[in-house]
Order: sequence, then structure tokens, then C-alpha cells
Amino acid sequence: MGSYLVRRVLLAIPILFAVLTLVFLLVRVAPGDPAVAALGDYASKEAVEALREKMGLNAPLYVQYFQFLAGLFRGDLGRSLINSRPVASQIASVFPYTLELTTSGIIFGSLLGIPLGILTALRRNRLVDYIGRVFSLAGLSVPAFYLGILLLLLFSLKFNLFPVVGGGDLSNLGETLYYLFLPALTLALIMMSYVTRMARSSILNILNEDYVRTARAKGLREWLVIYKHVLRNALLPLLSIVGMFSIVLIGSSVMTEVVFSRPGLGKMMVGAMKQRDYIMLQSIMVIFSSLVVFINLITDLAYGFTDPRIRYD
Amino acid sequence: MSETARLWRTFRKNRTAFAGAVITLIVVLVAIFAPLIAPYDPLDQDVYHRLLSPQRGHLLGTDNFGRDSFSRIIYGARVSLIVGVCSVLIGMVVGTSLGIIAAMKGGKVENLVMRVVDVLMSFPNLIMGLMIMAILGSGMGKLIIAIGIIMAPRFARIAHAPTLAIKEQDYITAARALGFSDLRVIFRHALPNILGEVLVMGTLWTATAIRIEANLSFIGLGVPPPTPTWGGIIREGMDYLSNASWISLFSGVAILITVLSFNMLGDGVRDIIDPRITHGV
Repeated sequence: MGSYLVRRVLLAIPILFAVLTLVFLLVRVAPGDPAVAALGDYASKEAVEALREKMGLNAPLYVQYFQFLAGLFRGDLGRSLINSRPVASQIASVFPYTLELTTSGIIFGSLLGIPLGILTALRRNRLVDYIGRVFSLAGLSVPAFYLGILLLLLFSLKFNLFPVVGGGDLSNLGETLYYLFLPALTLALIMMSYVTRMARSSILNILNEDYVRTARAKGLREWLVIYKHVLRNALLPLLSIVGMFSIVLIGSSVMTEVVFSRPGLGKMMVGAMKQRDYIMLQSIMVIFSSLVVFINLITDLAYGFTDPRIRYD
Repeated sequence: MSETARLWRTFRKNRTAFAGAVITLIVVLVAIFAPLIAPYDPLDQDVYHRLLSPQRGHLLGTDNFGRDSFSRIIYGARVSLIVGVCSVLIGMVVGTSLGIIAAMKGGKVENLVMRVVDVLMSFPNLIMGLMIMAILGSGMGKLIIAIGIIMAPRFARIAHAPTLAIKEQDYITAARALGFSDLRVIFRHALPNILGEVLVMGTLWTATAIRIEANLSFIGLGVPPPTPTWGGIIREGMDYLSNASWISLFSGVAILITVLSFNMLGDGVRDIIDPRITHGV
């Protein structure tokens, strides 16, 4: 396990570099001058030139690239073009909101989706299977923001049970949960739909395997067949499903934050886009990209942990 | 019975696929004949009839400018379908070509293309879409390009693996031995064998593309106003959620129905041409 862990972590480093380079290039190839974009079309030439100098845009591309990497390495993401405050501390102040939102969405979505997927697979073509399939198809067709609006209308505006906007004070647990509930429910329902559907099909695949038939043929009781042969072999596909859709959920969290006006990385990213704050935008892209690489790494490590075959591959 | 007749029968018997096809067709017709169906001009403002609830004359009510919601949703189908279909077509052509070329060429080309595909695919669609739109700026053409970029790596991946298998087949070796050019081998022999899968995934991913379009329009990064788009209508209705929720509500139903019908169609067709039970999303 040790050597697998080291190998896999080392492999993540070039991927992270590739992704960071991509972000760097994306922001640089943007048409238009970031300085002009930040100052507006009517800014004086001198002001634009001064800002370009300040942003380091006049240096050759490779110098900018190394400055970008060096900054990241020191944890210095630069200063916002809009309010001149350090980007790193602004991100740090909203990150916990995004973290609690996505983690609770992932956890509750998986806790609901996995059993539901198993149940619908075992009761294939029965009523519960049809209901489960219709719901999960609807769940993966509905955009996250619209589901959020529906929940908002029902729980906040009609029944006044939950707040309409905001994130609450994180030091107060009750308030945190109060503000977290609806956005987290939005994400959990979406996660559940994906997970149910994928879990169902992987269980169905396993039910068709020869070893399941053998286990049944030798007279093993059905629940033992399911528990010992089906579920145990489903662990790996289930893990990869959760890993894969955790990444999808990061995307949906952006929309959820916008709908619920919740502080968070996604809302900050959309704000930075509208204000054309390229420094802020680049930094948030870096954070999101690193998160994606990190989740992929964790999924792979969990693979190696559950299945020894992968470690020696 | 001919092959086509047999396929048609299977298709008719698959209720999901058939229902999906019918609804998709209706949405397409609505988009094409929007000027004939819509009772009002979607851009016509009427300050005396602002925020009317659904009623006779205004089936789905009016928005804050007094524009008829029903007409706006009908016209909104155009943007969603154009963006959804065009972006998937771009992604399909570019991605499938890259995937096939990578598999046929092998070596460094394959390595480079597939690693880039891996990196691009590790990003969530929405984050990717936001990043690209932040850089390109808003507009229908840019939206199509952005979603096309999101779609291309997916097609590259599904075209790549089967091409690798096909490459080893005798008929490909034979075609090569006959001195046919790489291009001819690819288009005459490799492509037809993976086209079915590519088209099914194309249908399913049109649903995804329409959903991404709705998300980006909702944020305000899609087609700029006053052009009615489903996501844009929902965004405009957000300020009136407490007293005129119908503005956002019905437009969302339109998105849901359209995305669902493409998903059902793609799902059903896949079940027909590939009876194995595996499902991807």
C-alpha cells in the first residue's frame, strides 16, 4: 500500500502542473486586455499602462508563468483588482461554506443513492424499480439551479421554514445548519439521482456474473449471496461512482450558491467574472482545479485500499 | 422482415425511447414554428400588463416588462435547441476525429491527445463552461464553441477505445495492405463501426448540452438579453419569486421536459442497439 500511495501521489504532481498551466494559459489567451477590462473602456492610456505594469502583464510570458507558479508556491495569489485585498484571504473566508455545502451534498446523496440503487437493482422491473428510475432520470435532467428554486419556493416562501438567502454565521452550529439545509438538500438530491442510477446498473452487471450463479447453485441463502458476493464486488464500482459524481457536484455547487446567494467559491467566481477581476478569477480556477485533482487522487487511493489487485498493477 | 422494419418495431415497443422521440419532435417543431404558435411577440413590452398571473390571454402570465411568458418560452426553445445541437455536433466532429486519429496513429500522438482528453474530462462541465465563457465573453456563437469544447473530449474517449479494437481486425489490415490511405481506412472502415455509439451518446449529450446552456444563461453568461432563453427567463424571474413565481417556474418546466426527452430518447435507443444493461450518464 505504501509504495502505491507514493506512486499515485507522485503521479498527481504532473497532472496538477498540467492543469495549472492550462488555467494560466486560459486567462492569458483571453481576448482583450485584462487591464482595460478592469478599468473600463474609457480609462486613460497611462492608467492602463500603470495597471499592466502592476499586474506584471508587460513581462514576457515565461516570466509571468514562473511568477504565477512562485506565487502559488508561497500561497500568494495576488490582490483583487476590484478591492485590492489579498485574494488568498478572501478565498479562505468563503471556502468553509463551499466545503460544508459540497461535503454534505456528497455524503447525504451517497447515503441515500447507494441503498436505493441496490434496492432498485434487486427489485428489477418491480414497482420500486420504476419509481426509482423515474426519479433518478428526472433528477439528472433537472438543472441544479432550478431544483434549488423549487425547494426555495416550497420551503422558504410558502412555508417559511428556511431562510431565502445567505450562509449564516459558521461559529453557530444551529444557524449554520439552518442556512445549510436547503442548498445541501438540492445537491444531495442531484447526487442521489446520479448515484442511484449508476449503482443500479453496476449491481445488475454483477448479478449477471458467473460467481453469483455458482453461489446460488450451491444453495447459498439469497441474502448471503447478496451480502458476500454481490455487495462486496460492488464496492469498487460504487467508490468510483461516488468519486466521479463528487466532481460533478462541485459544478452544481456553483449554481446552488448563486441561487441561494450563499457565500462560497462558486458565487465568488461568478462575481469575479462579472467584475472582470482576472486575478481573482484565475485564483478561484486554481482552487477548483486543485480540488478536482485532489478528489481524483483520493478516489484512486481508495481504490487501491479496497482492491489489492490495483496496488500491484 | 427487413432490418429497418425490425428496428422500427423494437423502437415502437420501447416506450421510453418512443415517448422521448415524440416529445423531442414536438419541442423541435415548436422551435421551428415559434412565430406561428406564439400569441405575442416575445419582445413586446406592455407596461399596463406587468406581472399578470396566468390567465386567459396570457396563458403563463407576463413578466416584469409585461412580456408574454408563454411566447418567450416558445422562442426560448430556439436558443436551447440551436446551442444544444450545434455544440454537440462540433464536439462530435472534432472529438470523434481526434479519438480515431489518436487510436490509428498510436505512439506519441495518441499519448498526447488522450492525456489532454483526460485532463479536460476531469473538470466538471459547469466549471469548464464558466471558465471558457469568462474568457470568451457572452454570445450565442461563443456559447456553442464553449459547450463544443466541453463535449469534444467525451467523444474522443468513446471513439478511441473501439477504434483500437477495430484497428487489429483483419479487414483493416487488408485495407491497408491494399494500399488505401489512412484517411480512407479511417472513414470507410473504422468510422462506420463506431458511428452507432457516437450517435447515441450524441443524443444523450445534447441533453447535457442543453442543461449547461440553461445554467450559463441563468448566470448571465449565455446569449445576452433581450433574446429569450430559458435560463435567462428564470434569472429575470428570480427577483419576483415571491409575488410572480410563474415567470421562473414555467421556463424551468420547459428545460426539464426537453432535457428529459433527449435523455429518454438516447437511453431507449442505446437499449435497442446495445442490449447489455450497462448505463453511463
